[in-house]
Amino acid sequence: MTDNFYGEVLTDHNLHPLHKHDLPTATCCHEGVNSTCGDDIVLNLEIKDGIIVNGSYTGSGCAISQASADIMLELVIGKGLEEARHLNELFNKMIHGEINDDELEELEEAGALQNVSKMPARVKCAMLGWRTMETLLDSEGGAP
Amino acid sequence: MSNYFDKRDFPVFERYKGLVYLDNSATQQKPAAVLERAERYYREENANPLRGLYELSVKATDAYENAREAVRAFIGAKTVREIVFSRNATESLNLIAYSWGRANIKEGDEILVAISEHHSDLLPWQILCKEKGAELKYLECDEEGRYTAEGLRAALSPRTKLFAIAQISNVFGRLNPIKKFTQICHDNGTLIVCDGAQSVPHTAVDVQQLGVDFLVFSGHKMLGPMGIGVLYGKEELLEAMPPFLYGGEMIDTVTRCGASFAELPHKFEAGTVNAGGAAGLHAAIDYINELGFEEIERRENELTKLAFEEMQAIPHVNIIGAKEWQEHHGILTFTVEGVHPHDIAAIFDAENVAIRAGHHCAQPLHQFLRVASTARMSLAFYNDEEDIRRFIGVLGTLRRKMGYDG
Ligand SMILES: Cc1ncc(COP(=O)(O)O)c(C=O)c1O
Repeated sequence: MTDNFYGEVLTDHNLHPLHKHDLPTATCCHEGVNSTCGDDIVLNLEIKDGIIVNGSYTGSGCAISQASADIMLELVIGKGLEEARHLNELFNKMIHGEINDDELEELEEAGALQNVSKMPARVKCAMLGWRTMETLLDSEGGAP
Repeated sequence: MSNYFDKRDFPVFERYKGLVYLDNSATQQKPAAVLERAERYYREENANPLRGLYELSVKATDAYENAREAVRAFIGAKTVREIVFSRNATESLNLIAYSWGRANIKEGDEILVAISEHHSDLLPWQILCKEKGAELKYLECDEEGRYTAEGLRAALSPRTKLFAIAQISNVFGRLNPIKKFTQICHDNGTLIVCDGAQSVPHTAVDVQQLGVDFLVFSGHKMLGPMGIGVLYGKEELLEAMPPFLYGGEMIDTVTRCGASFAELPHKFEAGTVNAGGAAGLHAAIDYINELGFEEIERRENELTKLAFEEMQAIPHVNIIGAKEWQEHHGILTFTVEGVHPHDIAAIFDAENVAIRAGHHCAQPLHQFLRVASTARMSLAFYNDEEDIRRFIGVLGTLRRKMGYDG
């Protein structure tokens, strides 16, 4: 499968998501919508003692929005709220084309979305999951 | 396929070699004749039309009013008093809703709108109904986008004051039987507004033959410049309607406590008009007339048939609407199983093929069809067989590009 348009990481997470399911143990959830493109996800997080112990999402949307949410969860599950916030900042930087190589490394697989910074119309697709997580961290997770 | 049309008349294709432009329903490209005419207006004829008493202003007025006459002849209106210039179809529809609507719609009245309407032919009526306590009703189509006379008759009530429908839907591409619908509406004492944004560029439209009360369309979708559009209204209706916008150009006399308004059509053209745009639209009409709708339709039909048949042969591709190419008029809206329309458009874009993705300003229709969004290719006579082959080539590999096995 060398013909992957967005690259294998992205299409894989889109077609075979790891975290797209319900989460009965969630302690908080939030719906994020891009009304102009119809991307619509619900993000569920299980937060215990300041740690994201589990997370999932449901919903529908384009490959970028779906893969981005899946990759994000893969990255933040098991991390503390501060660390999740930090990664969110880095992701924002990357999408706006302002990231350096060391920071990019921290983002691991999420780095596969770097090219979105060159597709202005798709920025909000890539940001949807992250934006939704930010809302959750700020409210349920307790603002910093 | 018989004689290809070459794109030499369209400078944009010189600049963007290899661009396959299949978003013609959104806006069409402009032939050099249109660009040159608009430029010539500003180089040689520019002054404030309808105002100055000197040679240049007379020239500007002539350019503007000659364009009006060209539009009149193009759509077969009785008189230029029935031709109002606006910015686009959307503004024309708002003009009707604000002027006719606010003077004529009362609490308890009904307005009927086809479910497939563009938001521009929906929101003005929705807002009007909310404001007046009137009821907005929808005429539904079948899943192939077909509206029937029986359906229309059943949806009309003695309180239905107005029915709004596109002659050609920008999603289905189907040509609605407007003449028949007009008779049914008129038998019911209902006015009919026809949105010609997608029909006027592609097929000969004669307002007297159709009998519609209002027809709207945009210059930019028919080779013309952006910012010039048309409202056709029957003279007796326009005559009775209050002005839409108030200001210069649209008055007869103004005193400290009142004003009397100018004659048709100037009553509806407040402020300095878009004379350069009108001149460009005039050139666009000349271009279309020279080519002729017979030839335009012949080319567009050939290409529609080719694209439709090739698309049908590709697994996982679903065409929205009619199952016969003859009903599509150059508009092919589609989905690809498992691939979001925005990803579809991104893949096409990477191959230098411009198509549209989203809800095409018809969200209620997408809700009705139970699809979140769709992709759409829409062609014009200046597309060629090579464009369609490129489009089909990308469509055929799309799922693999998204990581599917086939
Ligand atoms: C059927 C239909 N009506 C109205 C419009 C609105 O046209 P404009 O944006 O030029 O006012 C469009 C164009 O998108 C259309 O396709």
